[in-house]
Amino acid sequence: MATPPGGDEYGNPQQQPPYKRFNFPSAPSPEPRRPPQHRQPRIQPYDSPQAPSPQPRSARAAGRPTPMGSDGAPLVRPYAMTGGRTRPRYQLAIEALVSTTAEPAQLRGQLPEHQRICILCKDIKSVAEISALLTIPLGVARILVADLAEAGLVAIHQPGGDEAAGGQPDVTLLERVLSGLRKL
Amino acid sequence: MVAGGFGVGKTTFVGAVSEINPLRTEAVMTSASAGIDDLTHAPDKTTTTVAMDFGRITLDEDLILYLFGTPGQDRFWFMWDDLVRGAIGAVVLVDTRRLADCFPAVDYFENSGLPFVIALNGFDGQQPYKPEEVREALQIGPEAPIITTDARHRGEAKSALITLVEHALMARLR
Repeated sequence: MATPPGGDEYGNPQQQPPYKRFNFPSAPSPEPRRPPQHRQPRIQPYDSPQAPSPQPRSARAAGRPTPMGSDGAPLVRPYAMTGGRTRPRYQLAIEALVSTTAEPAQLRGQLPEHQRICILCKDIKSVAEISALLTIPLGVARILVADLAEAGLVAIHQPGGDEAAGGQPDVTLLERVLSGLRKL
Repeated sequence: MVAGGFGVGKTTFVGAVSEINPLRTEAVMTSASAGIDDLTHAPDKTTTTVAMDFGRITLDEDLILYLFGTPGQDRFWFMWDDLVRGAIGAVVLVDTRRLADCFPAVDYFENSGLPFVIALNGFDGQQPYKPEEVREALQIGPEAPIITTDARHRGEAKSALITLVEHALMARLR
């Protein structure tokens, strides 16, 4: 008797896939299940970063076109605002809170960027929010806010940290945060 | 801090629990590099922008909590250092279908000593691996909580934050 084309030696029509014959694996699961890839714990996984070193505007090679940002404004301009300085006089936390203490009269004659910050911070804002809402690079926002603090035009509230624990919040603060989250 | 691989749901998580729509702060880094072949070439300047999405929760009239998503690109570790300073802890969001994407974040937090929790963000309603299997795969000790979450839901995001702060408090009291 001829074997039907595509059939096996028992004369059964070819099945796809072989289903529960010879105790072969039971119906395959929808996705093949592999054990999850294991992480190899490492010490110090990254190289020390290179310190960024922006140059003041005048040091750029002559004839080179000014790099432009996506909004058409020159990218180097913020550093011109800070007079080429790249470090604030003291390091502000990204979440440091800023509130304006200046009277409107004191704002006359200030740089436009300083005025914008003072107007924004009539309601308390973090350095991160100043950077985001005024579209100023974070490092520049830190410098401008430090300038304003030095001039007595804004008050700064640095996060309360436990110096002994490397600046991490202390127990009282953690308890307050926990209690606040539970009430949300 | 809210960390995790690309596309795992960091900004979604922040947005779910933040009282403001997530904002984005950008740090602009410039570095100078000389042309490789031509020693007379003037130094080229390259500009890199590192973006971080963040949200805010006012917990009390004098207490505001900020949630910062870590930068997408792993190599900006100095920005992570900036965020870690003074931080309460980190939620590491994990997509178990791409488990290895979270390894750099787990490495970093283990080395930094910052308290962290692992939050398994279920996509398509699936959780292919159990928390114990993830703990084994991540090679982390029994102290770091592993929870499941849905980054889109305020209640679940809030719950993940509570677990993190409880964990941080326990770590400090030890």
